[in-house]
Amino acid sequence: MDPAVSILSLAHLEPDGSLGKPALEALRVARQIADSLGAPLVAGLVGADVEAAARQIGSCGAARVLAVSGTEFAQSRYVSDAAAAEAICRAASALVVVAAGTSRWMRVLAGVAERLGGRVDTHVTRVGVVNGSVSVARWYYRQRIEGTVSRAERPWIIAVEPGAHEAWRGAAASVPVEPVPVSLPALRTRVTGVRSPASGEQTIRPDAELLLVAGAGWTKKQPDLRTHVQEAEGLILGFLHATQASLGGSKSLVDLSGEGQDVLPFMTHLNQIGQTGASPRHRKGLATCCHGEEPHVVGWRFIAERRAINLNPNCGWAQGKTDVLYVADAFEVMKKVNQRLA
Amino acid sequence: MSYHIVVCAGIVPDPLQTLEPVMGATGPGLKNELMLPAILDPWAGHALFEAAHLAKQQPDCKVWLVSLAPKAKLQQVMMKVAQKVPFELVAIDGSASGFTDASAAASALADAIVAIPGLDRSRLLVFGGWESASRAAGATLQMVGERLGITDQFQGVDAIAVGPDGTFEILERIEGGRHQVSLCAGPPAVLGWATGRLAEPPNNPQLGMTNMRTLMPALQKAKRAAIAAAGAFANVAVPSQRRDTRVVRDLSPDAIALEIVEWIRQ
Repeated sequence: MDPAVSILSLAHLEPDGSLGKPALEALRVARQIADSLGAPLVAGLVGADVEAAARQIGSCGAARVLAVSGTEFAQSRYVSDAAAAEAICRAASALVVVAAGTSRWMRVLAGVAERLGGRVDTHVTRVGVVNGSVSVARWYYRQRIEGTVSRAERPWIIAVEPGAHEAWRGAAASVPVEPVPVSLPALRTRVTGVRSPASGEQTIRPDAELLLVAGAGWTKKQPDLRTHVQEAEGLILGFLHATQASLGGSKSLVDLSGEGQDVLPFMTHLNQIGQTGASPRHRKGLATCCHGEEPHVVGWRFIAERRAINLNPNCGWAQGKTDVLYVADAFEVMKKVNQRLA
Repeated sequence: MSYHIVVCAGIVPDPLQTLEPVMGATGPGLKNELMLPAILDPWAGHALFEAAHLAKQQPDCKVWLVSLAPKAKLQQVMMKVAQKVPFELVAIDGSASGFTDASAAASALADAIVAIPGLDRSRLLVFGGWESASRAAGATLQMVGERLGITDQFQGVDAIAVGPDGTFEILERIEGGRHQVSLCAGPPAVLGWATGRLAEPPNNPQLGMTNMRTLMPALQKAKRAAIAAAGAFANVAVPSQRRDTRVVRDLSPDAIALEIVEWIRQ
């Protein structure tokens, strides 16, 4: 391996100046590739003030720590992030660049690959090195088909899916940081803030152990031939408060919300899982009132332990996809669950 | 403020179809790919509806739909899409496979955009889905933007609001179900849309007839583009997902609740 080229772990800082868990996961992947190829590892940092973050990963064994810092690089913005990433990749002479698939990096990494004349693979769930050749596994057709691919083009930017790898762990240590100069054009975009859901109810928790999936059945007529949306709202929110679970919704349910019907007010398209929604990673998942392919197949791809409450014992989407299928009324069961959790 | 809005949108197999990968001489593909019913990529479809909505609100706007897909399949999909919103089609005849390279697709799309007669790039907004339902990489649109020299880019967009001074307020999805709010000075910009906030427009047969007048010539003029596979594939497979489901029929709600709570607490 030419010592002039390197494996680069590229990371942006969190708002508090530290490196988040996804960045540490990417660092561990980069460390493994570098070790397997016998190539030097370089760490690249982007943020307002990188000193604390450099110290956080000081014992990772990086041959160099490169940084683009300054107030312009505190904001998550294409023009500044792309310029910073490009400059670090060039300074590191990186053959392979590993970064976390955060929303901030996902906005720019493909553009950076284009600038560098390289290639990019995103949502990577596994990285392997066999006989000096790096390969990655990722999903195609929205988590339906898994493929393993290697590329000849360099640099190769690999955005690893958060939660799919172990995070790097090590002691903090002081390391020299090499500043990388970047000249930005006149900035036309300014980040003005972050907006939480209008309802004020935080229902999406990516780090939660448990995912509760609500289907459109919650808004349908019940045995008394009336809908019980307010009761459903109380049961779902009560469960989320008690368990700190994350909330996912089927497409049919979030579409109802988008059409302005009087349904669950905290349920938006951001909660949607499945074909046109997210495929979140949680250890456990509990589906309630779901009657379609998307929650049970695509949306559950990365849920390890799965249970479902469904009135239809023959629901083809649940059978074979969940570990346990409870044939029962979700209203009655969740009421009892919340009582026991209280 | 008037805009020239170019929507990049591919076609994908209908989500309800069973997909089976097969390895071919030039890389992987889908079994009977040309026989599978196709739809406009869902997120790109949202981008098209948002583009039409924005064009309706502002004076002197125009919407183009640039699509890279096999010509025959594209024609079938356009029969439905044409009834939704007004647009002018720019067709590129090439593979719509999810296993092709984003960079090659971006190159073909950017070339087609540059060649649009009368396009004012100072007023240009490039729209598309933030990810497709095929490659699902979130890469193509950024690369198109880079090739067009556009460095104000936004991904996972759910809303755009034009201020009286022509600036945009843009909401992008970030972690934790939140939105990052950005203020952009104006075009040119690239917006990769998530679901947005608009419902799918109802079919309008009259609009469909109007669109079809330009659709068919555009399809006939479609240039052929060779899009290579995205690297060397060692394998592609549908993983076995069948689980041995325990169906519980005879427990009371309270007993089920007890079992669920114990499971949650494990």
